[in-house]
Amino acid sequence: MSDAPDTARQIKKPKRALDPKYANYRGVWVYVEHEHGYVHPVSWELLGKGRQLADKLQVPLAGIVLGGTDAGIRALCDEAARHGADLCYLVQDDVLHDYRNQAYTKGMADLVERFQPEVLLLGATTQGRDLAGSLASTLLTGLTADCTGLDIDASDRTLLSSRPTFGGSLMCTIVNMATRPQMATVRPRVMPMPQRDPARTGEVIEHALGLSEAEVVTKVVDFIPDAQADKPQLAFADFIVAGGRGMAKPENFGLLFDLAKELGAEVGASRPAAHAKWVEADRQVGQSGKTVRPKLYIAAGISGAVQHRVGMEGADIIVAINNDEKAPILDFSNYALIGNAMELLPALTEAFRERIAAAKAKRGVVA
Amino acid sequence: MSRALDSMPMHIVVCIKQVPDSAQIRVHPVTNTIMRQGVPAIINPYDLFALEQALRIKDSADARVTVLSMGPFQAEEALKKCLSYGADDAILVTDKSFAGADTLATTYALAAAIRQLDRQHPVDIVFTGKQTIDGDTAQVGPGIAVRLGWQLLTYVSRLREFDAAAKTITVERRAEGGVQVLESRLPCVITMLEDTNEMRFADMAGMFRAERYEVPRWDRSAAGIEDVSRIGLKGSPTVVAQVFAPKPKDVRAVTIEGETPRDKADRLLDRLFADNPALEATLLDHLETVETAK
Amino acid sequence: MSEKFDVIVVGAGPSGNAAAYTLARAGLSVLQLERGESPGTKNVQGAILYAHALEKIIPDFRDHAPLERHVVEQRMWLMDEAQACSGMTYRDEQFAQPPHYRYTIVRARFDRWFSEQVREAGATVINETTVTGLLKDKNGKVVGVQTERDGGEIRADAVILADGVNSLVAQRAGLREDIRAEHAALAVKEMLFLPRETIEQRFGIGEEQGVVIEIAGRITHGMVGTGFLYTNHDSLAIGIGCMLSDLRRQQLSPYQLLEGLKRHPSIRPLIEGAEMKEYAAHVIPEGGYKALPRLYGDGWMIVGDSAGFVNAVHREGSNLAMTSGRLAAETLIALKTRDKPFTASNLSAYKAALDGSFVMKDLKKYAEVPSFLHGNPHMLGTYPSLLNTAAREMLMVDGTDKRTKQRRIFAEVREKRSLLGLVGDSYRFWRAFK
Ligand SMILES: Cc1cc2nc3c(=O)[nH]c(=O)nc-3n(C[C@H](O)[C@H](O)[C@H](O)COP(=O)(O)OP(=O)(O)OC[C@H]3O[C@@H](n4cnc5c(N)ncnc54)[C@H](O)[C@@H]3O)c2cc1C
Ligand SMILES: Cc1cc2nc3c(=O)[nH]c(=O)nc-3n(C[C@H](O)[C@H](O)[C@H](O)COP(=O)(O)OP(=O)(O)OC[C@H]3O[C@@H](n4cnc5c(N)ncnc54)[C@H](O)[C@@H]3O)c2cc1C
Ligand SMILES: Nc1ncnc2c1ncn2[C@@H]1O[C@H](COP(=O)(O)O)[C@@H](O)[C@H]1O
Repeated sequence: MSDAPDTARQIKKPKRALDPKYANYRGVWVYVEHEHGYVHPVSWELLGKGRQLADKLQVPLAGIVLGGTDAGIRALCDEAARHGADLCYLVQDDVLHDYRNQAYTKGMADLVERFQPEVLLLGATTQGRDLAGSLASTLLTGLTADCTGLDIDASDRTLLSSRPTFGGSLMCTIVNMATRPQMATVRPRVMPMPQRDPARTGEVIEHALGLSEAEVVTKVVDFIPDAQADKPQLAFADFIVAGGRGMAKPENFGLLFDLAKELGAEVGASRPAAHAKWVEADRQVGQSGKTVRPKLYIAAGISGAVQHRVGMEGADIIVAINNDEKAPILDFSNYALIGNAMELLPALTEAFRERIAAAKAKRGVVA
Repeated sequence: MSRALDSMPMHIVVCIKQVPDSAQIRVHPVTNTIMRQGVPAIINPYDLFALEQALRIKDSADARVTVLSMGPFQAEEALKKCLSYGADDAILVTDKSFAGADTLATTYALAAAIRQLDRQHPVDIVFTGKQTIDGDTAQVGPGIAVRLGWQLLTYVSRLREFDAAAKTITVERRAEGGVQVLESRLPCVITMLEDTNEMRFADMAGMFRAERYEVPRWDRSAAGIEDVSRIGLKGSPTVVAQVFAPKPKDVRAVTIEGETPRDKADRLLDRLFADNPALEATLLDHLETVETAK
Repeated sequence: MSEKFDVIVVGAGPSGNAAAYTLARAGLSVLQLERGESPGTKNVQGAILYAHALEKIIPDFRDHAPLERHVVEQRMWLMDEAQACSGMTYRDEQFAQPPHYRYTIVRARFDRWFSEQVREAGATVINETTVTGLLKDKNGKVVGVQTERDGGEIRADAVILADGVNSLVAQRAGLREDIRAEHAALAVKEMLFLPRETIEQRFGIGEEQGVVIEIAGRITHGMVGTGFLYTNHDSLAIGIGCMLSDLRRQQLSPYQLLEGLKRHPSIRPLIEGAEMKEYAAHVIPEGGYKALPRLYGDGWMIVGDSAGFVNAVHREGSNLAMTSGRLAAETLIALKTRDKPFTASNLSAYKAALDGSFVMKDLKKYAEVPSFLHGNPHMLGTYPSLLNTAAREMLMVDGTDKRTKQRRIFAEVREKRSLLGLVGDSYRFWRAFK
């Protein structure tokens, strides 16, 4: 997959000495993100990846939990352990009841300075990016945003963070030789969800915040939860039918919705299609849209630029419908239908309808 | 620094970056390198939401808007465009020593420049876009806030109210799974969420002003930067160590042949369900849950 | 409040830039309005730049203008739809010696550069602003322009219309009528990206050297029109144009023609593996001398494509555009220095200057061509394919003797076109081009 740094090819690291004051920084940390009792799954995904990195570095993997004083928070530490954490650092304080940049940055910065990790991963969510950005500036360390791949160069313990380069079909690997911790954010669904092990437990190390409500300038006066219902649930859909610029007109997206209906699938789109407002913006799949991991991803009229690829190549099966047999997407699809999407899609919809009807009948008999 | 609040207008700084128009970026078919030459430069689209929000404050209150950008001389064009929309002043921070800056070094330079502006006319709000389409890190806003020691309000979708005299502000912030309503204090740094407003159409007077405006260029010292080790490549812990083309999957796509579209479709499904025995059951289960959901 | 200038120039193509630059250099207050993001973004051209016209405006342009390659070789190709191509190549080492007089350019870059010169010369240049109409006083004298922006009324003593082939501004103001389909060629053009080395090796040229291929024949399905392929620094410009009227009649889209051209065996290898960078269609006014509109009036002049100054035969336009722009400017400068008002009668000096220049001379010379080609599709259809048949016959070694071959050829010629017709054609052809 494109998400792994290309360790096969040689990586030209700059001659940069690590500042001695970081010499003893050890361990891989993952920030466990939650808001209003809802833990963001990206936290577990990152623990999965963090486990691999920690093993390569032969150091423990720690989950970082900050939050209010309610019991639910501590439970997050146990859940982190079940997803691979060896230990958790826990900061509980009423000041941390809601996510607020100032308080959480202070809490994290203190933890880092006290326990000195070499790698720190956060989800590239609104909260994770907000926190990572100010934390990195506070610690004066490097941060690589929106990574699609993480690896370790054991020889010098550097984190190899890869992400798409700007505007093209290329990836780049970014390193931080000079400072610690090496910080990176990763978008939800980019890393696979690790196996949860109910038996697994881990030590919990508590730490005090040392910040009074009076010192926190910004107050949360209200939280208005989203009406999720009508919004497309792309990120977690098992079946996705996506279209791109090749669909040519907004009307043609109807063909995608027809097929999606047969499969109970969500409809996704490439950026040009989304930007052209052929579909809602939150149907965009890719680097600056949603990252998806469906069982089946059907891409019609999508060329397969990296920025799209990194958003969907986690799919189990990819079917490309394209009239250009040289389209890049064929390099990472399982099946290709070469031809005009406007003709192929209706045919495919028909074929699926009949196939499913037959299968249902069969199952009916069995049951 | 202190000022008679009633006498002096608010001062709003908007950070904008000039970026290559991503839609027009292409990769060299042979060498696989990014061809930036000839690609038109635009104002980072996300920054326009920040600028328009600043201009709306100016519409309703006594405020002065300064646009600030760090970049090469050409970035002047982007700044002039902001002036045509209605910004009062523009500053281009530009210096060879900035080359190779990552976000840490960039925020150091920008924060220094904002401090200079603040000395001339105390700043109430710094707006940035959510992210750039080239750097795409969403770190510069937070970085500036930390370096200035000001409050950070990210992913703001709406300014509910603000009171320059009382130095208070209430905003709606896009959070995971909902909207946070935050009450904070000025001065602060706000990163604007996209699609929160639409940039206005410049009037003729604005076009003339922009055309005639001489954008001041601040070099390192003018921006008040003493410590060279904090800017440019030196001040940037992160470096690009490798650029590579994504590896094709081990198996290239199997092209399904067929006479008619329907022909191809049927053969695809044959292969699909044959190669992936589990798929049919999964699909049926999925469809059942979808049914029951309804 | 409202702004006032000596002159407003509408459009920042070659003609507008030439005019604005010349005026500003002479110290007049000039406003140039361009609707495009930046000059050149909306402009389509092959493109060949003819040095002589620009030299008269910016003598040292060679030192800083963004020129792609200087042309050292010209190919004239006659093609049929599918397979054959015959033609001639003219390569002259003299072309390789500076000063060069023909260059390939990329309009987007060239216009941008030219516009910077205009700014530096002291003109006020405003982009992304479309002129929607002309302001007239009660006597019908043009006294300024209206733009689509709020507060968009801007006054001036004279307005130069350099807004290109459609010149909606002139049309709306009733100064010109819409261009007639039979006077307009629709050209489509692609920029195909190739590495520099590949281009130089495929065309057998050195650094900075360029090749120009002009194409006629069945490739345009016998319609009046031509194709071209120019070598830029790291791209190829390929295009084809046909008279709008014919395209309509034959229900063909120029895109189909271009695809055909690109597939043609004599073109395909030249563009193999290239990546299309941009795609554009543009109308070329080819009515020639007979279709020229009124060129000036009280407080206004019209230049370049908007005036129809294009030499269809040699696909020259930008040089006529620049020259007409310069002459219009010089007319105003002369009047200004003598404190004369920009009345119609005073501005007639512009027409006089044009008549004395190659612009009108060439247009007169080829005055007959458009109608001629129009009435004689054979020029572009039959003859080329005949020529190719001839070549094929002569070159095919199949045991047939050459005399028989020649008879065959002649037979085919006669069957396709009566002897009389042949004579007639060649006569008219000669008349038109002499
Ligand atoms: C910073 C940055 C972030 C980005 N983020 C994203 C992102 O999140 N998501 C994203 O998708 N892009 C993103 N992009 C844009 C990305 O680089 C590509 O431009 C984009 O993915 C191309 O979309 P597309 O495949 O729909 O269009 P194109 O690349 O134009 O592909 C169209 C495809 O349709 C095929 N086609 C045409 N007609 C037909 C037909 N009749 N039948 C079948 N096939 C047909 C063509 O062969 C072609 O392969 C980003 C770019 C940048 C610079
Ligand atoms: C495919 C093609 C190939 C060609 N090849 C050659 C060649 O090889 N050599 C050659 O010499 N000539 C060539 N020509 C012709 C040449 O391009 C034109 O003759 C030349 O560009 C005319 O210049 P202009 O300034 O008169 O008009 P334009 O170049 O068309 O400029 C008009 C400008 O006015 C602007 N404008 C239009 N309306 C408004 C408005 N209402 N308000 C403000 N601005 C406005 C436009 O945006 C444009 O920038 C070619 C043309 C085509 C289409
Ligand atoms: N060089 C720069 N000059 C001015 N503002 C910038 C610059 N780079 C980034 N910004 C601002 O910071 C925001 C986030 O950028 P980034 O962190 O690169 O995604 C952008 O939307 C801009 O508002």
